[in-house]
Amino acid sequence: MRETDIAVVGAGPAGLMAAAYAAEMGAKVLLIERSQALGGQLVKQTHKFFGSRQEYAGERGFEIARKLMDRIENQPNITIWKNATTLGYYPDGVMTVKKDEKFYTLKPRKIVMATGASEKTLAFPNNDLPGIYGAGAVQTLMNVYGVMPAKRVLMVGAGNIGVIVAYQLLQAGVEVAAIIEAAPKIGGYWVHASKIQRCGVPILTGHTIKQAHGTDRLEGVTVCRLDEKWAMIPGTDAYFEVDGLCLAVGLSPLTELLWQAGCKMEFVAELGGYVPWRNADLLTTHNNIYVAGDVAGVEEASAAMVEGKLAGLAAAFSLNYQTEKFAAEYHEAKNQLNALRAGPVSAKVCSGLCKVMLGEAI
Amino acid sequence: MLTKDGIPSVEDLSAVTPPTKRLNQGPVAVIECFQEIPCNPCADACPSGAITMPGNISARPIFDEHKCNGCGICVTRCPGLAIFVVDFSYAANEAMLKIPYEFCPLPESGEEVQVLDRAGKTAGVARVIRVQQQANKTTVLWLAVPKDIALDVRNIRRKMGAMS
Repeated sequence: MRETDIAVVGAGPAGLMAAAYAAEMGAKVLLIERSQALGGQLVKQTHKFFGSRQEYAGERGFEIARKLMDRIENQPNITIWKNATTLGYYPDGVMTVKKDEKFYTLKPRKIVMATGASEKTLAFPNNDLPGIYGAGAVQTLMNVYGVMPAKRVLMVGAGNIGVIVAYQLLQAGVEVAAIIEAAPKIGGYWVHASKIQRCGVPILTGHTIKQAHGTDRLEGVTVCRLDEKWAMIPGTDAYFEVDGLCLAVGLSPLTELLWQAGCKMEFVAELGGYVPWRNADLLTTHNNIYVAGDVAGVEEASAAMVEGKLAGLAAAFSLNYQTEKFAAEYHEAKNQLNALRAGPVSAKVCSGLCKVMLGEAI
Repeated sequence: MLTKDGIPSVEDLSAVTPPTKRLNQGPVAVIECFQEIPCNPCADACPSGAITMPGNISARPIFDEHKCNGCGICVTRCPGLAIFVVDFSYAANEAMLKIPYEFCPLPESGEEVQVLDRAGKTAGVARVIRVQQQANKTTVLWLAVPKDIALDVRNIRRKMGAMS
C-alpha cells in the first residue's frame, strides 16, 4: 500500500491549486486525475476569465490551465497520476484507485476532494437522438478535438455556460438558431448575453423544449413558452430546424466519495445538489477530508481555484507543515473568496453556503 | 432589456455614454458594463487612471472621460468585450469606432463591411481602417462609421465574396 501526506482527487482548477499550495508548504502530494490530461474543464475554456489578477483575470481558461500545470509539473513534492480513477474510500482510511487498468490501494493522511460536477440533463421526448449534447461535450468536441458538433444548433439554457458555449459555437462557424431559457431572466452575465445578441442570436426567456424530432439523428426541435408557474402554454409551439441541440441546464456536484466517507451532506439547491458541510477552511465533518471547487457547491472556476489554494494550505498546515508565507497566503485566499463573492451575482451561492457552514477554522 | 437578453436600454446607454462635447473632442471609451460582476482587468489595464474600481472588484467601473485618451487598451483587455472607443473628431461625416473582435478570418484593412447593432441587426456599412491584432487574441477593429450610427454599431459582418 502506498502512503502519502495528501491525496488530491481531481486535477481541475481546484485540484491543481490545492496540489500546488500543499506541495509548496512541504507536503508530499499525490494528484489523482481520471482523464489523460490535467486541467479539468479549464482546458476547454477559450474565453477570458473574470475576477482579479490574483485569479488570472483577463486570461483565457486554457492558458490558465497551462500556467497551473507548469507550476506543478516540476514540483518535486507532487506525484501525478493520470488515467487514474478513485474508486472508493474505506473506514480505515484506505483509498482504492484504478490506474492504467491496474488496481492500487493507498493511505493518504489527508485528502482534498476536488472531483468537480457533472452536467444535468432534461427529460423530453426523443432526448436520446444523436445530435443532442451536453454543453461539456460540445466544448470537448470543438475546443479539445477540433470537431464541429453540428451545423445549426439550438442552445438550451442562458446561464453562463449556455451563453459562453453559444459564443464558442459561433466562433467555430456553427450557426446558433437561438438560446432558449425557461426562467424569465437570463442567468449568465449580461456581457456574455450582449456578445451573443450583437451576432444576431435571439435569447428567448420563458421558453422550454417540448420535443425533439428525427429518425436516425436530430432534425428539429419544438419549443414552447412557459407561464409564470413554469407550465407550457398551449398554442405557443415554435419549430427550429436544427441538427444540434446543446443542453446547458446546470451542474450537480460529484459527491460519491464524500458520501462513502460518511461526510455530513445536505441538499442545497443554490449549490447544485447535495454538498458537504464544511468549515471556513473547507474541512468536512470527516477530520481528514477537505473539499474544493464544484464538489463543494457549483460556482465559477475563479472561486474553485481560490478554494483549492485554501484547502491545500489548510490540509498541509494540519499536518504541521509551515512556511513563512503561510499566514499571508491563507489570509489572501480568504480575502480573495470574499471579494469574488461580494457582489449581487454571488448572492445565490452565498445563501447556499450559509446552509452548510460549520464553525471553527484554523 | 438587460435582464432578459443582455441588450441595454436607451437609459442604460445614456448613463455610460460620454457627453456630446467630450465625444467631439476625440477618442474616448464607452464602457457598457451594467452589472456588478467580480471583475477588474479594465482598471488594471488603463494607463491613464481613467478607470477605477474603489472598494471591491464587484463594483461597476468608474470612468473619468477627461483622463481617457481613447488608447483602447481596455477594449482588448475587458473579459466581457464590453468596452468600445468612439472618436467623433475623425472626419466630417464619419466617426472612428474601435470594437473588440474574436472571429476568424479577420477582415482586412480597407475592406468594406456590414455593421451590426446591439441586437445583431444590420445598421449600415463601414470601412475597416485598421486591424489591431493582440497577443491575447482579442483583436481591436478600427472602423470608419457614418456618424449617425456610430453609437449603435457594435459588431461587423463580412460581405459575401470578401470571405476567404
